[in-house]
Amino acid sequence: RKPGSGGGSRPGAAAAPALLLPLSEAEQQCYAELFARCRPGPAPEAAAGGSGVAELFRASQLPADALHQITELCGAKRVGYFGPAQFYVALKLIAAAQSGLPVRLESIKSELPLPRFVALKNDSEMRYGTPAEILGAKHQIPHTALDKNSFKRADEGDKQETKSPPVSPVGSPPASPSSYQRVPLSYGYSKSRSGHEQKHGASYESRHSAHQQDGSAAGNYGAKSAHGQLSRSLSAEKEPQNSSSNYSDDPWRITEEQRDYYLNQFKTLQPDLNSFISGTVAKNFFTKSKLPIPELSHIWELSDVDCDGALTLAEFCAAFHLIVARKNGYPLPDKLPETLLPDYLQTASLKPIRDCALFDSYSESLPVSQQTRDFNRTEVRNVPKICALNISTTVKTIPKEFQHLAIKTVKDFVFLYYFLFPFRSYSSTSIEDAMKKGEEPPTPPPRPQKSHSRASSLDLNKIFQQNTQAARSGWLPPPPALPPRPLVSQTEQVSEIELHPQMNRVPPQTEESSPTKKEILLTQPPSKPIRRKFRPENQMLENQELSPTISAASSLSAVKSHHPVQKQSSKQKRAIQTAIRKNKEANAVLARLNSELQQQLKEVHKERIALETQLEQLRPVTVL
Amino acid sequence: MAVCIAVIAKENYPLYIRSVPTENELKFHYTVHTSLDVVDEKISAMGKALVDQRELYLGLLYPTEDYKVYGYVTNSKVKFVMVVDSSNTALRDNEIRSMFRKLHNSYTDIMCNPFYNPGDCIHSRAFDNMVTSMMMQVC
Repeated sequence: RKPGSGGGSRPGAAAAPALLLPLSEAEQQCYAELFARCRPGPAPEAAAGGSGVAELFRASQLPADALHQITELCGAKRVGYFGPAQFYVALKLIAAAQSGLPVRLESIKSELPLPRFVALKNDSEMRYGTPAEILGAKHQIPHTALDKNSFKRADEGDKQETKSPPVSPVGSPPASPSSYQRVPLSYGYSKSRSGHEQKHGASYESRHSAHQQDGSAAGNYGAKSAHGQLSRSLSAEKEPQNSSSNYSDDPWRITEEQRDYYLNQFKTLQPDLNSFISGTVAKNFFTKSKLPIPELSHIWELSDVDCDGALTLAEFCAAFHLIVARKNGYPLPDKLPETLLPDYLQTASLKPIRDCALFDSYSESLPVSQQTRDFNRTEVRNVPKICALNISTTVKTIPKEFQHLAIKTVKDFVFLYYFLFPFRSYSSTSIEDAMKKGEEPPTPPPRPQKSHSRASSLDLNKIFQQNTQAARSGWLPPPPALPPRPLVSQTEQVSEIELHPQMNRVPPQTEESSPTKKEILLTQPPSKPIRRKFRPENQMLENQELSPTISAASSLSAVKSHHPVQKQSSKQKRAIQTAIRKNKEANAVLARLNSELQQQLKEVHKERIALETQLEQLRPVTVL
Repeated sequence: MAVCIAVIAKENYPLYIRSVPTENELKFHYTVHTSLDVVDEKISAMGKALVDQRELYLGLLYPTEDYKVYGYVTNSKVKFVMVVDSSNTALRDNEIRSMFRKLHNSYTDIMCNPFYNPGDCIHSRAFDNMVTSMMMQVC
């Protein structure tokens, strides 16, 4: 912030025709920057250069007579120059004019959005983005990797007012010669981000609603300018903004797959989706998550909004989501996040299955699936409906198996570990990138993978390995390397299998084993997006198979190679065969793992016996 | 505003007790404990009459020089005891009643939570928040 100019505006404003101009912080900063832009010299109080100001006014794209009026009103004509006060008044008048208000001093007394200026001739590609547009565009979260990164950075930094250029999301766009140009954009980004960080920046909140309307207009506006990725992404991503919170990083937002998974879980407990789950049933169910009871109690308190001792579908999803979040290490909030409110969830298509063309073109479903899986990827939000439809139809094809399995697995809540990857794993791996390379243009760098329990990391790798078309980022060695957590590791493997039912398909009967059955529940939901890519027959097979198979890279790539966008039965057969092969390999691996774990068990037993004998020996000594 | 709020179980052990001036908590605990006798007396006095006509709000249990103690009993014999500063003369009976009503509502919300076993100590954050809002604002 430039205190000089900020301070100058006050007395200056008073000097203007008896007008005390209240400027919000956002306005102050923006105006200060614009003023600095126009003024020739370094002195903050120097008058703005006439040419610079004229250029700026032209950039506002107001009609000439409006500009004349503004110049007159702000007092520049009177005093003969554009001092800070006049300049600020002029900017405010421009903002008023752009909002459609008459050019009068009275109109600028109220809260206004910031004035918008087309790219000036100095910046070739740069748009003079104002926070208003960026804020509005925030709803359409930029698509590209670079923007995403910068967004992420800005988000994580949680910047408030002034931002330093290093954080500037504009880092990527080609032409930003002057740092000044970077500043308003980064400022805008940070502002929008802070504005979206729901409760920050009180000054921002007041303009939030104003900006929301300006947002769509601004978005169009942004499309006009040639500002590199920023405007492109802004204009590209028009989506119905249904919330102000940040999509990409918000852990409290339920993704489509998660929602479907919760839906299925709900169905296992209560077939009627419009009815309730009673308290005791829910209690038994959630207790399996092995969270401590006080935490579960708190989760219940948060999610049971109407305090009736029963959970509707929306409440259930919120509770489940909170449990998964907690399992992933997120601290429980004191208040239910607004994205988990039942009203929000219900409006956000939390309805039961819809009919739609499930198996559209592979290419269509694949990017969609990728998007849904990537937490960072905001393009998901672009096609939420398609995703939902696809997923919901996938769900539809699997309900019976699901429920069947779910009934068995309801006893074992270990699968929650696997839910890690809806939260983290999706975003993390290079496998994901490799996968996406096939379908999409530049992918963002992978998120740092959060190190969770081995289960999650294991899942993650396996899952994404199986999903990867060609590139394989180091297939994890089978769990024998893991320290004793036999159940989990076994279940992990199983879950991976589930994950890639598409991949391994087929050999269900041979590989069935009871422990694996559990995992189906876990892995099936996350794998839904992957499933979508495959043929219906594959899906049926997938549904049947419950075996834990760890797909080998080669077979996977073989499968993938079949895949691209054709839809012939021969491909399915090949897929089946590769799936068989993979399942067999996985079987072998698991058998090996089993033997190793048995050995470990024996050793542990021996140790235990040794310790017990020691204890016995020591005991008579202490007694004496 | 209350100075101390306590929730006593049917068996007369505290489920929840919290007081604002944290330096003198023991005194409030003792006060609440002694007030239980008065509560029992009032319940038994009314109990001989038709029980279902019994009022939940017991009113002023006993005043001391520093504060007043109010009581409230639910149908399940869970007692709410509230200690109010005597200097706060602006507090009317209606306000006390409404405070007890809020307490009762929050208590039923807790009971709806399947993870709460009746008879456990109350750890609910929502309940805490509600109680805090009712407590006196001590600078």
